[in-house]
Amino acid sequence: MSEPMLKIEGVQAKYGDFIAVADASLEVPEGKIVSLIGSNGAGKSTLMSTVAGLHKPSAGKIYFKGEDITGLSADKIVTRGLSLVLQGSHCFVRMTVEDNLIMGCFPKHVRKQTKDSLERIYDLFPVLKEKRNDLAGSLSGGQRHMVAIGRALMSNPEMVLFDEVSLGLAPNTIKGIYSRIKEIHKQGTTILLVEQDTHRAIKTAEIVDVMLKGKVVLTGSPKELSEDEIKKAYFGI
Amino acid sequence: MQVIQVIINGILLGGIYALLGVGMTMMFGIVKLTNLAHGEFVIIGAYLSTILASALGVDPILTIIVTVPIMFLVGMGLQAGLINRVMKIGSEPALLVTFGLSIILADAMLLVFSADAQRANVPYNTASIKIANGLNISTLDLIVFGISLATIVVLSVFLKKTFLGRSIRATSDDLEAASLMGVNVNRTYAIAMGIAMATAAIAGMCVSMKWVFYPSSGGNYLLTAFGVVVIGGMGSIPGTMIAGLILGLAQVIGGANYGQLIAYVLMVLFLAVRPQGLFSK
Repeated sequence: MSEPMLKIEGVQAKYGDFIAVADASLEVPEGKIVSLIGSNGAGKSTLMSTVAGLHKPSAGKIYFKGEDITGLSADKIVTRGLSLVLQGSHCFVRMTVEDNLIMGCFPKHVRKQTKDSLERIYDLFPVLKEKRNDLAGSLSGGQRHMVAIGRALMSNPEMVLFDEVSLGLAPNTIKGIYSRIKEIHKQGTTILLVEQDTHRAIKTAEIVDVMLKGKVVLTGSPKELSEDEIKKAYFGI
Repeated sequence: MQVIQVIINGILLGGIYALLGVGMTMMFGIVKLTNLAHGEFVIIGAYLSTILASALGVDPILTIIVTVPIMFLVGMGLQAGLINRVMKIGSEPALLVTFGLSIILADAMLLVFSADAQRANVPYNTASIKIANGLNISTLDLIVFGISLATIVVLSVFLKKTFLGRSIRATSDDLEAASLMGVNVNRTYAIAMGIAMATAAIAGMCVSMKWVFYPSSGGNYLLTAFGVVVIGGMGSIPGTMIAGLILGLAQVIGGANYGQLIAYVLMVLFLAVRPQGLFSK
């Protein structure tokens, strides 16, 4: 079996004395779309931040494409081809849509492809082309999510982590965003999707991981896992 | 005609005020740091320009070719080596560090340069251009205004059109998202301080040509910079220009007796009514 694109081994992450991620391990094979589900406070977002380099792990190892990236800062990890779309979109609200997207090509090795990447993102999200000169802060919630996703894709990453992209969005907008995520996946990008919407996450993913109290407690393909098994793991019953 | 003269003088004075504030507003907006040593940086720039111009026998304006890169590098080193480290503890200790720095720099300048008044000599010091009967523009004021405007325009274009400029604005908007784009936040802060000190070098050169200065003059320029930041809005470069012009006009209209008072009343009014300033959101 080939090496997984992302391998998380016994990662622990803390906020002061509070242990948000206790001992999480999971693998994301290359080219797959994996959903990480779990209730509020299960540690999913902290695990994503830790993988992307925003939070330093207090224990464990993280490997990306076989290389140890444990403890590397976010600005270094993104240059290796791993991007994170943060929960709540996190646009640069005082910058235009186009400037937001251009920021996605900030790493030096991808700057030359800025023009091509912009066209690619505008093809994926045509509304962003119409709004290219508007301030990101003036966009709707859904459009801001599109900006954040587009920005993460500008550098052509091999893997994207999506942290609760559906949070606070209208059902139609969520549907639109998920269809784009599937499109991105079809183009060959490996995806790790963090979701609270269990139904949607299971429907989208090839592999499902369930997180409970800072640990990954269940792993399998949606076909292998029964609804009852997932429910039990999700609620810890 | 006298009213027009006052307005022209106010606008020209506003240019240098804007230049004094632009470095400070960058630090406020990007690094979220109140740099209490900014006035001393301006005076260091003034001394460097005066000494270089006199030693090399050149116009003080030419000295910025040397002073700007030096001050930029010193600023980067200062931020990377000292302030970034202190900022990890919190913004208050960083504020105290800049306060301590302002005292150290003022005392060091007193030791090195003595308390004697200094001023750079330029041939166009007293020259003026007559534009109508009873309407004159001081050549020096016009040059200083041009330099200020050019500095602010170049800085604005840099921030808007370059990768590095965009990364600075992105860091000011959302630190986490910026680092996820590949921006090294500490390095960006160091560059912001470098730019702030580079603008202080240019402002210092203008100050040295326009006014007499002492090692202890930094406090006055810090207050002016504060006024510009408060009125224009923290982090807003266009706001800096407008605020500079407002303060310049207020100063000239109020004259020697009330100029300072009007400027400070304006500052307090803005703090009370629109604390985010004219252009900040």
